[in-house]
Formats: sequence, C-alpha cells, structure tokens
Amino acid sequence: MPDITKHLQQQINEARNQGHKLAIVGAGSKQFMGRKINAEQLDVGGHSGIVDYQPLELVLTVRAGTPLSEIETALAEKNQMLSFEPPYFGDRSTIGGTLACNQSGPGRPWWSSVRDQVLGVNLINGKGEKLRFGGQVMKNVAGYDVSRTQAGAMGTLGVMTEISLKVLPRPAITMTLSRKMEHSEAIRFMNARAAEPKPLSGACWLDGTLYLRLSGAHSAVEATAKHWDIPVMADGDTFWQQLRNQQLEFFAGEQPLWRFSINSTAATPPLKGPWLLDWAGSQRWYRGDSEMATMEALAEKAGGQVSLYRGGDRTGEVMHHQQPALQAIQKRLKHSFDPDALFNPGRLYSWL
Amino acid sequence: MNTDSKPLNTAASKPGKTELAEMFRKFIDPQFVITDEETLKPYECDGLSVYCVMPLLVLLPETVEQVQQVMRLCHQYRIPVVARGAGTGLSAGAMPDAGGVVLSLAKFNRILHIDPLARSARLQSGVRNLAISEAAADYGLYYGPDPSSQIACTIGGNVGENSGGVHCLKYGLTTHNILSVEMVTVDGERVVIGSDGLDSCSMDLLALITGSEGLLGIITEVQVKLLPTPEIARVIMAGFGTVDEAGAAVGGIIAQGIIPAGLEMMDSHAIIAVEAFTGAGYPVEAAALLLCEVDGTKEEVQEHIEKAEALFRDFGATSIRTSKDDAERALLWKGRKNAFPAMGRISPDYYCMDGTIPRAHLGQVLNEMQDMSKRFGLRVANVFHAGDGNLHPLILFDANKEGELERAEAFGSDILELCVKVGGCITGEHGVGVEKIRQMPMQFTDPEIEQLNAVKSAFDPQGTLNPGKGVPTLRNCQEYRAINAKPQAPEVQHA
Repeated sequence: MPDITKHLQQQINEARNQGHKLAIVGAGSKQFMGRKINAEQLDVGGHSGIVDYQPLELVLTVRAGTPLSEIETALAEKNQMLSFEPPYFGDRSTIGGTLACNQSGPGRPWWSSVRDQVLGVNLINGKGEKLRFGGQVMKNVAGYDVSRTQAGAMGTLGVMTEISLKVLPRPAITMTLSRKMEHSEAIRFMNARAAEPKPLSGACWLDGTLYLRLSGAHSAVEATAKHWDIPVMADGDTFWQQLRNQQLEFFAGEQPLWRFSINSTAATPPLKGPWLLDWAGSQRWYRGDSEMATMEALAEKAGGQVSLYRGGDRTGEVMHHQQPALQAIQKRLKHSFDPDALFNPGRLYSWL
Repeated sequence: MNTDSKPLNTAASKPGKTELAEMFRKFIDPQFVITDEETLKPYECDGLSVYCVMPLLVLLPETVEQVQQVMRLCHQYRIPVVARGAGTGLSAGAMPDAGGVVLSLAKFNRILHIDPLARSARLQSGVRNLAISEAAADYGLYYGPDPSSQIACTIGGNVGENSGGVHCLKYGLTTHNILSVEMVTVDGERVVIGSDGLDSCSMDLLALITGSEGLLGIITEVQVKLLPTPEIARVIMAGFGTVDEAGAAVGGIIAQGIIPAGLEMMDSHAIIAVEAFTGAGYPVEAAALLLCEVDGTKEEVQEHIEKAEALFRDFGATSIRTSKDDAERALLWKGRKNAFPAMGRISPDYYCMDGTIPRAHLGQVLNEMQDMSKRFGLRVANVFHAGDGNLHPLILFDANKEGELERAEAFGSDILELCVKVGGCITGEHGVGVEKIRQMPMQFTDPEIEQLNAVKSAFDPQGTLNPGKGVPTLRNCQEYRAINAKPQAPEVQHA
C-alpha cells in the first residue's frame, strides 16, 4: 500500500480552507464509541502497511490504518505478539483506532496497555503539518510524551499516520484455571493472586465463575497451577479470545454497556443487572439503563471513572466528566494541536 | 486561568527579594523561606554541577495549600518557579532561575498509604524512590523503576524525568508504573490526573505530565503501582571477545522469547575501570561484558538461566559466571552499579551522556565513538542498557585543563547527533534540562518544536514554570543549528 500522508495533508488543508470538520475513520469498527458527530469523513484506512519490524529489538513500526490482523500475522511468524491484546470489532479493526480509543484486552494489567507500548507516533496536526514524536526506541525522554497522550484522545489532537510499538515474545504456554466463586469473594481472590509473584496473565469473573489465566515458561505455569489447586479449564483460550473481542453472551444485545475503570479491590457498585469483572477487578462492565451522573458518582466512590461504552444516549456526554481546571487545560491543548477544531469535534466531549 | 488579560503586574511593580520573602513568610514557616547566600548555595545546581545559578529564594513548603499559595503569588507577579526534589538530576533540569524561586518538595516526604491487596502506594512527591520498595517489602511487593540514584532521588523527580533504571526492559519506566498524580497548576489549582483505575477517560494527560521536567505543573502526590517481588533472581555475567558478539547475544536472548529483568553491557574501558575499583571479578581481558538478570518463579528462572547460558556459549562467550545466591548476585551487580564512581578514580572528571540507539547499530556507534575519541583527544568508556538501547558514554576529562570541558561537551554533542542519525534519540532517561536543549533541534523540526512549546503554553501560558529548560524557543533552535558541533562554553541563562 502506498504512503498517502501527503494526500491526507491535502485533505486536511482543504477542509481547513473551506471550514469543514473532519471525522477520522480507519476501518470504522469503533464508530459506536464516543459521541455522535456530524462531519466529513477523513479515511485513513488506506494508509496501511508495516513500515519496519525488528523482532530482535522488539520494535514494530506500522501505518496507522494497518489492520490488527495483518500486524498479528507478521508478529506470529517471529513468535511475538501485541501484548496488549487489542480487541477486534470485526476483521478490519486498525492499530490507529486501537490507540486512539486506548483499547486493550484481558492481559493488560500484566502485559501493559496499547498506551504503554507506544514508542512514537507520526501525527498530522490541524495546521496540516506532519510531526514526529517519540521514536523507535524504548527509552526516549526528549520532548513531552505526545505519543502516549494520543491514547484515549479519540483523534481530537490530530491524525496519526504512523505508530511505533514495543512488542513482546509469545508465552511458551498458556493455561486457564476456573472455579465457581461468589462475586465479592472473587474480587478479593483475584487481587490476592495478582499480588503473588506467579505468571498470572488474566483474571476475570462472570456469572458466578472465576477465570484465571497463566502464561509463561512451561515449568512456571505448571507449578503455579498445582500450587493454587484450581481446576484446569479445557479450551480456555476460546474464553479469553471471546472476552478480548467482546463476543461473550454478556456483551450481546442492545442494553447500554458501561465501563468502569476503578480500584481493583473496590466493592462493585450496587446496581441491578449483570456485571463482568476483568483485569482482576480493575475493569468492570455493567449492562443496564442508567444516568451518567449516577454512574459517575458510583465510579468515583470506587476510586475511578466510568464511560458509556456502547449503546444508550450518544448525544449527551459518554465519558466521565473532567475537573474544571483539567477541562480548561484540555481545551487549550486541543487548540494547540488543532486551532480550527477540525478533528472529531465533540466526539470525546461536547466541549472538545 | 485567564490568559487573555493583561499582566497584573509589570516589572516595575514586581516585589523585590525582601518584599517577596516577607509575603511567603506570611504562610510558610519563616525558617523555610531561605534568602541568605550561604543556605541558598546548595541549591545552585542539581547533579550536573557544571551548570550553576543562584536563585532569588528557596521555599520549602510543608502542605499542598502552601504550594498553591506559592504558585498563586508567583503567577500573579510572573516569578519563575523551579521545582526540586533531591537534586540528583543529570541534565540541570533543577538549575535555579536567577530571578525566580526554587520550590523544594523536601518536606513532602510521607508515605501516605500502602494498599497491599490493590498493589499500590500513595506517596507525597518528596518520598525517596528506594523508601517505597523498603516500605512495600513487608507485603512482598516493590516499586519497579530503580534509577541508579534511587537511594536519594524522589518519586516526584522520577515523574518529572520519567526515570527508568536497569530493570525497565521488563518492568517499564515511571510512566508504566504510576496510576495518578496530584498536581498544582501554575495558577495554584489542585488537580488529580489519573485515578485508582488503570486508565482514565480522554487524552492521556498522565503520560504528558510524566517526563515533563517540571515545565507543566508541580507534582505534590503520586500513586504508584507495586509489583510482587519475584521469588528469585539470578544473574549471568558473560565476557565476549568483541562488542558485536555481545550485541548479537543480546538479540539471541530476545529471539528465545526471554525478557531478562536486566540486560547490561560494558565495553573494555568500563570493565577495566570498574574491576580496578570494585574487584568484583569482572573479566578484564574481555572486549565486552554482559550482565543478564533473569527473575520469576524458581522453575522459570532455572529454565531461562540454562537456556541463556547455552546461548551465550553459542554466541562465543569467553567466560560465563552465574550467581548462585543473592550475595553473589549483588557482587556481580556491584561493578555495574559503581561504574560512574569508578570513572572518578581514573579521571578527574567525567561527563555522562544518555543517548538511545536501536541496538542493531551498537557496533557502528561504538566504533565511530572511538574515532571521535581520537579526534577530541579524550577517552570514553561505555555502559549500556543493552536491552532497551540506552547508551551511557562516559567522557573522561579534566576540568582544570584549559578547554577540556568544552571539548568534552562538543564530543558529547557529536555522540548525540550520531544517536539521532542511526534512529535513536538524545536522551533516554536523564532528560533535556539545560544540558541538552541545544541538541533538541537535532531530533525535532521547527514545527515539532513549535508544537511542544504550544503544549507547554496550554499548561503555563506565561512560561514561568522552569523556564529555559526542556524545549528551546524556535529562535534559539535556529541559532543552535548554526553553531552545533562547534565547541561551546556552557552558557548559563540569567533572568
């Protein structure tokens, strides 16, 4: 695939001259996230391909529109992986969208998030300038960390064109342990296991059942499974795969899906409706109708934040509100990258 | 914050030193508003003592409210504020401003809470790095990043610099190991960035703050993640006949799917100096030495140590020694940890650089560095965080000899330019500060510099937080590009 950075810059400059707004779209698989906006589409899905991959340095550089599947196929050939286990929403989900929406899967507390693994980005700002921040090395403290700042910004700070990431070796083996357990006991249990120096790589609770994943050297995984004495689950990989890609029955249907990112040990908010606990309790999913303000109060009590991840009213705010001083800073930051507010206006917050 | 309004005060109405000190003494314990030359003196520099400036005042507030009041006053009168932790920084990031105050966080030294089940700790920003792991040890937990100054350096300073250490290939930098910070903005607002959760809504301000060198706000509290202490750790020391073989062996380990907890390399100059200093038993005949630490469960470490030993042999190791217990592990690390002081023994002064390179270019970079060494007439020894490509060339010089410091700096500048040329960067973990501000235009274009300055303005419109550090002005960039690579005397900016 050709490098279409110049073409993207042209489109941005045109939009700027004509006073148009732009909705940045890769594969469009995460359109359900954020707020509904009206803007002309800027298609970055065509900006695709692996630019450089150095397995011995654990460093990968890809164009932002590259599908996750293409990246993971290339990594698998060298027995490596995207350690943050990005969710696929369909076959075409891209790395750019994954970073912009800060999406990481079940291994995140142990294997880092997409944000953590970012080493550098190339970005076109709202003035149509192509900028490069970070690089292809793991340690780099020159300039502010603009690359990782993109995580969760949902494209409001610019159009990412290239992303460099740290990748990791695939674990030698993976094993899933599972047993019945009551909700609050599971919270305590998952955290206690995470505090042990064992090769834990997943801890989830759903529907009265606890799931733990062990990954690493053969000897370590086997010894830990024996030590913890929890039954091994056959075909555990399928469970984690479905959890990662939100294909479990829990995620089906039209009920609003809320995401709580909170203290892993907090008591689950008292809401009627189904819960799924992931990340040893740090990420909790809830299905049900509610008001943003109600949910925010519950999330804050649990030491964190909430977002209306999917469904519900997407014309109101869907992200946890910001402290006024931080809101003011973010407005100025947005202005510094995108003075004419071209990119995804209102996608993240009505005021951004 | 109203950025459009006219400044409240012009220079004419700016209070003088005495007047200002009186204002601060109304809400800070008077003895902690330092004005006399003798007590101010220790604050004139950080760990990079070639850059010295006497500040107007030094303040040691004891509460966040006091920090807020300081910031409001300084904002009102446009007085520069330089935050300071333990002053161990190596890029003059905490060098004072002659017309400004140094805001020391030394009194913010309380560990507020350790939550062993949630594996986190809340700390005031002046808590020492090592004190965190010491306090967490009772619960079988520790704090990951371990910069070499960890006995003294503070967590607030670590956030400011995004500090790493020898274990960051596996456990990450500060940015990977913190959950939230409490920060006082330039106009005195108290904000919390991040939460107890692993991520927060919206753009990642926590990432932006981490490594911002005190240019965006004053960190007063930090919540860190704690990690379970590995059951066991062992280190292999392997000597190699050439640097290239050692570099290839590092790649070989990674290719095996092993991520060592630490993976350090030293060149022969460093090996010889260190062995003379510590007597740790390093192979002085080797051209390169690798220290490879593996940690984890007992079973895992056994498995990986066997694999790694075999692999080092395959890659031509001339000597291999593996620690049998923690005492021997400490001994093998002792040399590496004393690499800098060891240089002090063979040279009156040394200048430590901090570039990062893609590891594949290691051989080329070291060879070119030897050529430069001849050209500048100065010796250079190398210690290298091989796992993550962070190179610390130690340039040996004598500051008492006319022109040697200037040559050392020019040599250093050339090394950094080389790092950028092979796809690396000018600083891996020490920060830009004042020291590397002239090299920023090597790594960044004008529009990038402009964007970085615009980020700064979003937090600090009047530019009073740690002015003259981190990011150069565009005008200075053009000047630096014109004169880079020519020997320059260190130039200290006075207000």
